[in-house]
Amino acid sequence: MNRTQPLVLGIESSCDETGVGIVRGTALLTNTVSSSMDEHVRFGGVIPEIASRAHLDAFVPTLEEALAEADVTLADIDAIAVTSGPGLAGALMVGVCAAKALAVATGKPLYAINHLVAHVGVGLLQQRAGTMTLSGNATPSGAPSPQTPPHALPENMGALLVSGGHTEILRIRSITDDVELLGSTIDDAAGEAYDKVARLLGLGYPGGPAIDKLARTGNAKAIRFPRGLTQPKYMGTAEAPGPHRYDWSFSGLKTAVARCVEQFEASGEEVPVADIAAAFQEAVVDVITSKAVLACRENGITEVLLGGGVAANSRLRQLTEQRCSAAGIRLTVPPLPLCTDNGAMVAALGAQLVMAGVEPSGIGFAPDSSMPVTTVSA
Amino acid sequence: MLILAIDTSAVASAALVSDDAPESVLASFATADTRTHAEVLAPGIDELLAEAGVSGRDVDAIVTGVGPGPFTGLRSGIVTARTLAFVWGKPLYGVMSLDAIALEVAESTDSAAEFIVATDARRKEVYWARYTLSDAQLPHLADGPHVGFAADLPDLPVYGAGAGIYSDVVKAVTEFSTRQPEALSLGQFALARLAAGEQLLDSTPLYLRESDAQVPGPRKRAL
Ligand SMILES: [Zn+2]
Repeated sequence: MNRTQPLVLGIESSCDETGVGIVRGTALLTNTVSSSMDEHVRFGGVIPEIASRAHLDAFVPTLEEALAEADVTLADIDAIAVTSGPGLAGALMVGVCAAKALAVATGKPLYAINHLVAHVGVGLLQQRAGTMTLSGNATPSGAPSPQTPPHALPENMGALLVSGGHTEILRIRSITDDVELLGSTIDDAAGEAYDKVARLLGLGYPGGPAIDKLARTGNAKAIRFPRGLTQPKYMGTAEAPGPHRYDWSFSGLKTAVARCVEQFEASGEEVPVADIAAAFQEAVVDVITSKAVLACRENGITEVLLGGGVAANSRLRQLTEQRCSAAGIRLTVPPLPLCTDNGAMVAALGAQLVMAGVEPSGIGFAPDSSMPVTTVSA
Repeated sequence: MLILAIDTSAVASAALVSDDAPESVLASFATADTRTHAEVLAPGIDELLAEAGVSGRDVDAIVTGVGPGPFTGLRSGIVTARTLAFVWGKPLYGVMSLDAIALEVAESTDSAAEFIVATDARRKEVYWARYTLSDAQLPHLADGPHVGFAADLPDLPVYGAGAGIYSDVVKAVTEFSTRQPEALSLGQFALARLAAGEQLLDSTPLYLRESDAQVPGPRKRAL
């Protein structure tokens, strides 16, 4: 196996995107994604069974397209990587079984990969447009170059992941074997809260873009919604941290929005939808960024990668940038197609594991819907 | 003709069958349980190929059971079959999974001219189909597959694990009361049908049930 510039094929199926990505070392060759999002619109959220059915039908066509786009054959591939968790159990199963079949049919080594760590691993890819600053030496062409040493992660690296399925702040000492969960949501993911509130406000699915757009015309200060888990009993102090110092909770916020809407309705007043959207967004973004920056400051993290689909949110990007720069933290946001769930991030982390000499996982592992971040590969 | 058959509609199973082999079997495996498909299927197929000294190049076609069966398990076999067929560039066929048990019934001394095959559909229901037999012919699928309550089955002898679970309300045939669809019979059935010049299915899963998703109703009051 080529361990210096390995050609790695990555498979992602943990939620509603069927992704196949191919990288050579740290160079991205293709990021092919088939999404079942349209099929979930009328339900106002991802329906696991519908996502699983879509993965089954999308897998082979997506694989075929990815190979064609990257102009490589399966025989050229050095290793296969697949998301084995965390995620929706039935959805993970499709990608894992497909990846194992691919390993059996080709005889190539297989890596079972942690989805959350893969969101960070994508930050190690060189960008064609040079839009990523993380590695500091992105080549203008993005072409694989044997002179380029494998990109190292900066020291004191953290990652803030915000999506419809997760909300976490991680510390990464080594992308291949030392990742720590500093904080996470204890109930809904942030993106889930957006979807639920968008439904309350009659804005459709997915909720993130709809709320983000409407919020620009509203007054975020018109209403103040609660910031979950910010009371002293949860926060404690830096020396004596409370039980949820770096954790989030969005279910109370959703309830507060529902009550607010009903109070306007009960009093016969018109519901100020734009103001509610703006105030809700401000509450989410404020609590996410303030806790993330606090976690970074108290853990000596000076470089942060923002990942996950909610990285597309304009206010989240703005406030994260503002607060990171005020705290002297360097922020990197990969291009959006690499922030949302995709196969390239799985391939990128797979390539890091190959380059670090980590042993493949074999074909006997089980997908793990609640895989902890401390398990980078099975 | 050498076929790699896979069925995960209940247990995880795979088999190499060939019209050149004695009793058409080269190698086969089946697990006892119905919930570890993702772990055991690929290693099982890998060992099967090694044991028979067969590579993907030697396989002429891949056959997958298309259910009915619990969805997550069912998909694990179908996606495996589709991927192997794609990589090896081989034709892929589907066979209705209950046919596997029907073939075993036809070959047993316990067979009836008309019978039901039933497997566990969970949620207190069974997957079932009605077959008829005539001399020296493959079992003929007369009706189904369906999903429903065991008590509502036609009044005929019932074969398969679905009969065993509901033996209080159906005419369960004891020898078959724990029988699950397996790739070996499925592959033999496919071989026989192809030899007889008959068509097989494609690999579209027979879910028989909707995804259970509900379009949300009007907003509930939080106050
Ligand atoms: Zn994700």
